[in-house]
Amino acid sequence: MISAEVLIVDYGMGNLYSVKRALEECKVQKVVISNKKEDFLTCTHMILPGVGAFGDAMQNIHELGLYDLIRENVLNDKVPFLGICLGMQLMATRGTEYGSHEGLGLIDGEVLRLEKNGKSERIPHVGWNEIKKTQQSNPLLNNIGENSDFYFVHSYHFSAKNQDNVIASTPYSHGFTSMVAKEHIFGVQFHPEKSGKNGFQLLKNFLNIN
Amino acid sequence: MLKTRIIPTLLWKDYGLVKGQKFDSWRVIGSILPSVKVFNTRQVDELVILDISATQQQRKIDFKTIKEVAGFCFVPLSVGGGIRDVEDAKELLRSGADKVVINSVCYENPDFITELSKKFGSQCVVVSIDVKKHEDGKYYCYSHAGTVSTGQEMLAFAKMAEEKGAGEIILNDIERDGVMNGYNLEITKQVSEIVNIPLIISGGAGRLEDFSEAFNEGANALAAAAIFQFTQVTPMEIKDHLKTQGIPVRK
Repeated sequence: MISAEVLIVDYGMGNLYSVKRALEECKVQKVVISNKKEDFLTCTHMILPGVGAFGDAMQNIHELGLYDLIRENVLNDKVPFLGICLGMQLMATRGTEYGSHEGLGLIDGEVLRLEKNGKSERIPHVGWNEIKKTQQSNPLLNNIGENSDFYFVHSYHFSAKNQDNVIASTPYSHGFTSMVAKEHIFGVQFHPEKSGKNGFQLLKNFLNIN
Repeated sequence: MLKTRIIPTLLWKDYGLVKGQKFDSWRVIGSILPSVKVFNTRQVDELVILDISATQQQRKIDFKTIKEVAGFCFVPLSVGGGIRDVEDAKELLRSGADKVVINSVCYENPDFITELSKKFGSQCVVVSIDVKKHEDGKYYCYSHAGTVSTGQEMLAFAKMAEEKGAGEIILNDIERDGVMNGYNLEITKQVSEIVNIPLIISGGAGRLEDFSEAFNEGANALAAAAIFQFTQVTPMEIKDHLKTQGIPVRK
């Protein structure tokens, strides 16, 4: 049993339930899917999942009053935070999907469309691809081998302003950032909840960060 | 490098899993939850579940069952059958599907593809295209689980689906479905050359070589059903075969 109380932030989009089920398989003490203030106050870890378009997602986050709640929890109370897929992209300063939109601003960067590199590549980038570690010692990468495969499905990528925030990249398009980290704030472009064994390991690593 | 996906397709009809031939003579082959659990332990890269009678029976897919199944699926899950509006798609994603597969609705309302892709992102919109060869030598699309001829030519329709915002295409040759005499390499090549989005080829896989041949003609993912239901071939054997051919697969 991992003694964490995880809040999966519900902003009306995405596969929240899959993330919850994967966390349950990791034997975590408590998982709630919620957007209520009291759950922000009691959680020990936060996960922002997401499927969808950047602009719609930010609009929902603002309409539900989550923008300040998320930022306060992460930036003031230092609650460990993991953004998954669109959730990672929303951590950026700005997104460019269907127009320019301001993000949560948790890690400096922009979200840009993937560019095809060569004739055989297709966008969206869908499927299993490997990660190349750019930092070896990050706790999120514990017990995860170099070139481990994870499941990706996306058309946009996080372009970090500061390379120190990049902990892994993936050789597709022109090589994109697949994992970011800044202290207790993490983002992964792939779906750990859909990446079998490697995904479970990554989620456990996150839950063990305090 | 992006890995070539092996995707079992589960066809769901009236509370059970079925498999037919050429979209007909359906046989009941089991129940959905145990099958999903088994495939999850077998290194499959993704699962597709299609409710093949929802559209014809003018009903919604059983979201409750999808939710139950999704709870035991730790690889990507694409689900379709009877999806007609944004609310259906939203409910499906909330039930744990990762991608929404649409088919019949695209012929009546192609703009629905755009609507879904704007709402949820193009990467979770999969357009399933079922085709048959006509006497003029061209392939044409069929809706309602292969029962209604739409008159739409395959290449024009595939291109249109991409332009409207589809994130992937599942292409199925009705005449080869369940026959296990190989994928239709002709349509694999034609469609893969005309679109830039990932192409999942379906219908006909029966031998290990069928998978590598379809990859070589441009398929990005290989869907199969009968081979897993009626033969001893496992997804791992297919991957081992692909690996020996120098085709990247998930470890």
